[in-house]
Amino acid sequence: MIISAAMLGVIAVTLAWPFPLVLARSDWPARSPDVALVLWQAIALSGGMSMIGSLLLYGLVPFGNALPQSVIALGHSLRSGTLPADTRFTHVLALGAAILLSAHLLLNLFATFVRAERQRRRHYTLIALLSDPLNGQPGMRVIDHPAPVAYCLPGAGHSATVLSKGLLRLLDADQVRAVIAHERAHLVQQHHLVLLAFKSWHSALPWFPIANRAENAVALLVEMIADDRARRDVDDRTLATAIALVGLGQQPEVLATASDGESDEPWISSAERALVAPRVYRLINQALPLSRLATMAVFVTAIALALAPAIVLLRA
Amino acid sequence: MLCMANLGVLERLLMDVLWDSPTPLTANDLKDSLMSPGLATGPTKPLATTTVLTVLSRLETKGFVTRDRSVRPHAYTAVMTRATHTAGLMHEVLGQMPDRQAALVRFIGGVTPQEADTLRQLLGVATTDNV
Repeated sequence: MIISAAMLGVIAVTLAWPFPLVLARSDWPARSPDVALVLWQAIALSGGMSMIGSLLLYGLVPFGNALPQSVIALGHSLRSGTLPADTRFTHVLALGAAILLSAHLLLNLFATFVRAERQRRRHYTLIALLSDPLNGQPGMRVIDHPAPVAYCLPGAGHSATVLSKGLLRLLDADQVRAVIAHERAHLVQQHHLVLLAFKSWHSALPWFPIANRAENAVALLVEMIADDRARRDVDDRTLATAIALVGLGQQPEVLATASDGESDEPWISSAERALVAPRVYRLINQALPLSRLATMAVFVTAIALALAPAIVLLRA
Repeated sequence: MLCMANLGVLERLLMDVLWDSPTPLTANDLKDSLMSPGLATGPTKPLATTTVLTVLSRLETKGFVTRDRSVRPHAYTAVMTRATHTAGLMHEVLGQMPDRQAALVRFIGGVTPQEADTLRQLLGVATTDNV
């Protein structure tokens, strides 16, 4: 048991620091963002499970030598109100931490989704009142605003892709097609679910350095995946130009002139975020995707990571 | 009985009339303006005043209209102009309100000044090579 707890602890620490750091610094994710996204999800899942599992196994050490017996013994102890003689304060602390951490992560995930759904409904109501359909296309809305804006509002039932008049003025027809294909990919592939999961992980553990890094990395990967889908409809340069033009059109000073000097806020959520230029860069440089062998290797790693904590727990 | 979709359409029609009107309007004014022949998108059947009142109270709950209760019948005004509403919404979408952005996925996120410089260079590359 104590060995299993230590093994999970090692996995948790590896996945909390060195492993994601290397991944975030390597350049292959930009070549195959879909493959990298799978790996990030495996890291998050495996990291969380091994962190909780490690605490749980350590806390259960006084109750027995194998996981099932120790859980039953813990149940007996809870009913009788007495602890085994060799229980130390650290064991109780670890058990409590495992339970609190699990509850905290799950509740935060739930709250994040509920909050997002409420915002989406409110936003959708406003969009229905303020925007017009684009050439009768279902789910496409145009809003009368000078800033170049494009986004999608995902969700079960009614989703919408919103474009601003400023965007339609700035881009030519092919570039608009690129933007629409990009947004449609977000909606079809349900990217908001992945984004919300990582957002909730970050907001649940704000002091955890890797959670912030993971959220940013995943946000960029999801954009690149949607770009790759749009590349099937338009050529790379059209898409790259559209991204660069909209990005430049959303700088604070440009927005200030566009909306009569009403822009008084900083428009960047965090200074270290640089999510736009890498997308243009990879489209212009036409980096080749990972080889089939390398892709397989990443997938095998991801599966191994996802299964490792479960296997250690079951054998404990 | 009205279904939700119809209510949404009616809300939109009433708000459009209120936003374009310089003066407060009563439910009857609104009913008449919706049936005026100039309005191509209007409902095909004449509306009942009670329906208009229902939709107006929904809009009042959502904070889009206010009601002047000092006159009979009550007169309704849009709380903000259409442009102000749009500006507020776009401010949420573009601005530093990460809490309000959980529900949507943007084509482009915030651009740092350094990134803008890089973009300008990349855009130069993209367009010159095009020609």
